Amino acid sequence: MTETAVPTATESVADFAARARAWLADNMPRVDPDNLPVALRAVQSSWDRAKELQKRLYEGGFAGLCFPREYGGQGLPLAYQKAFTAECRGYEMPLILNVPSLTICAATILDMGTESQKRERISAAIRGDEILCQLLSEPSGGSDLAGVITRADRVGDKWIINGAKTWSTSAFAADYGLMLARTDWTVPKHQGLTMFLVPLNSPGITMRRIKEVNGNEEFCEEFFDGLELGDDAVVGEVNNGWEVASRQLHHERRAVGGGSEFASGTDSDNAEEMPPDHVAYAELTGHGDDPAVQELVGRALARRIVKNQLIDHVGNAIGNGSLPPNAGTLIRLFHAETTELEVDTALAIAGTAGVVDEGEELSGLLDSIGVRYLSRQTGSLGGGSSEMARNVISERILGFPREFAADKGVPFNEVKRGRT
Amino acid sequence: MTDVSSPEQLLFASTTQAFLEKEASLSRVRELHAADTSFDSAWWQRAAELGWASLLVPEDLGGGSVSGDGLADLALVAEQIGHSVAPGPLHPVSVVLAGLVEAPDGHEDTIEALVSGELIASWAVYEPRRPLSPLQPGVTATRTASGYRIDGVKDRVEAGTEAGVFLVVADVDGNPRQFLVPADRAGVTEQRSVDMVKRYARVEFDGTEVDEAALVGDAAQTPAIIERQRQVALVLQCAEIVGILETVLAMTTQWMFDRHSFGRPLASYQALKHRLADMKMWFEACRGTTAGAVAAVSARSEDATLLVSVAKAYVAERAPVMLQDCVQLHGGIGVTWEHDLHLFLRRTALYRALYGSPEEHHRLVYALSAKTFRQEVSA
Repeated sequence: MTETAVPTATESVADFAARARAWLADNMPRVDPDNLPVALRAVQSSWDRAKELQKRLYEGGFAGLCFPREYGGQGLPLAYQKAFTAECRGYEMPLILNVPSLTICAATILDMGTESQKRERISAAIRGDEILCQLLSEPSGGSDLAGVITRADRVGDKWIINGAKTWSTSAFAADYGLMLARTDWTVPKHQGLTMFLVPLNSPGITMRRIKEVNGNEEFCEEFFDGLELGDDAVVGEVNNGWEVASRQLHHERRAVGGGSEFASGTDSDNAEEMPPDHVAYAELTGHGDDPAVQELVGRALARRIVKNQLIDHVGNAIGNGSLPPNAGTLIRLFHAETTELEVDTALAIAGTAGVVDEGEELSGLLDSIGVRYLSRQTGSLGGGSSEMARNVISERILGFPREFAADKGVPFNEVKRGRT
Repeated sequence: MTDVSSPEQLLFASTTQAFLEKEASLSRVRELHAADTSFDSAWWQRAAELGWASLLVPEDLGGGSVSGDGLADLALVAEQIGHSVAPGPLHPVSVVLAGLVEAPDGHEDTIEALVSGELIASWAVYEPRRPLSPLQPGVTATRTASGYRIDGVKDRVEAGTEAGVFLVVADVDGNPRQFLVPADRAGVTEQRSVDMVKRYARVEFDGTEVDEAALVGDAAQTPAIIERQRQVALVLQCAEIVGILETVLAMTTQWMFDRHSFGRPLASYQALKHRLADMKMWFEACRGTTAGAVAAVSARSEDATLLVSVAKAYVAERAPVMLQDCVQLHGGIGVTWEHDLHLFLRRTALYRALYGSPEEHHRLVYALSAKTFRQEVSA
């Protein structure tokens, strides 16, 4: 390792970039930028590796660039992070730590946490010692986040947690989770929530991996049976958990849109999100000269380009005020629609080779096309369903009347719930 | 409005908008249609005085643009034209100028006359019963002692009966070349279109003699000039459709608030809200891809060919679907002559087909991507 130089306020972005370039060359493993190794988020070893890489970055003074120095970061403006992200292309980076650990969880703790939560958890995440996750969705419902029924009851000076969470991204690899629970049932749903920072190795938590249709096991569900937490676990204020959750959602939207200052390195960290290589599939299956196939593939290729153009356009429009900040939902919905088209197009081109292993050069298509098709809807469900996105667009961007909510202003213990 | 950055551009945009609202409203379009007129040439000259025909022309040739990015300014005009599906030869004049400024020698007077609005020109590129194939013209130009003799037929020539001059793509010894040919030396027959005011023409050349000076550009540069013209034609279509969509969506959104059924505004029905949400998303995507194409063509970037096809394919596939859904949301009034929706639907349907359908552009996108793929595989 080279000696850690402390960045100073006087170091220009260009000087910083030059220092980063030299340090990266000496300290980080090189990878082919056009053929990046994809870390499988469902595998523990990917997280161990990411922690190791993060430790190296931390030791070099290149971790948590935009986090304040007192919490383990470098306290630098966004321009430095952008420069670093540009320089680290071509090196193996702990990309899977970006979402949710650093960009959503640490960012929210920074906004809403207590001084000791910030000093301990943020710095541990930046050092590569700990990973943070979110415990929000519940088996009883996904879209209605504020309707959570996991309960935190006050017993003496403790909080006792009972309930269940699900679809927790990479929770198996995490050390702490931000968990939303109901602390007051006598007030309307948004007013009785509290956010807790939960050590995931505590007694009273049972974690299980969720197996998806494609065999992926990244997401987890957690059961809480009498989990005990102290007041030091509360993030923000008691019964003000919705504000904390809203910060998480805010940071999530920014992170997913690629707009977080707390993300280091870009490039997709998720094999599931890599676009299908339609041209290769068409050529491989011998349909490259079929005009009907060319049209299908051309449509999918064009749509992907339009998606990126929409991201640029919406970013600019939010920046100049011609679209409201929640116009990011347009990108979210377009991404879902594009994924559906891409997956369908791949299946259409592959024909039988997508569903039967025809061997040799076609043998990869069963997994990359057929099995992937089975989880086509994940892009339209994860991070809020497409139906919710359409509500947001029509109500908050176009200004149409809000949907009727039977639980509005009603004490939560009087709200009708489904059978669970 | 597409990103308008400078005060000069803002002023240009508002002047253009005021002129169009006053002089090219939807009721004016209906009047022209009723009078069996495509556009009024005095009106076009006044539009040219506002600078519409000068935007692609460098200052030393008598042109100029407010922002220094003439194509972006022109796209802005096209978008505003879309708001009222205004008449006029902006497309054919712009496309011809886009070609002439690439090889202006000897054509300075024509450029000047086009910029001033006195002269109207049109690109004669389509040929009967053939898709757009500008680099393989069937029309021929044969060398004579004093120049060339042109033979063959073009069609779908916009504003062909109003044009004073055609920019004709013709084959010379196996190479595509372009000639400026005065309209009175060709046989021009009008072709109606689905649009209220846009008209096209079949243009027949039967031993039409032109001199050497009629050529635009040399053989080597002609394919690139033709491609430039094609790109300008496509981005203008896309920009105009974006303007159309903006108006039609605003109209439909307002209708959703105003129209009540069963004691509720249409805007309160989730099934309908979701359709408008999709249309809002598609509209912003149309705007984004059009902006991407305009920027690429303006910067003459390498991927301009790809990005104009992407934009045309996307915009022209989505827009007719959106227009028809807006008709559906309006109910019966949407299919009446008196309602304005059909004016927008007409122009959209017209542009969907001309200069390549979405289906054709999807195949072009494939071809461009497959070329890259094959190069990578063999590398």
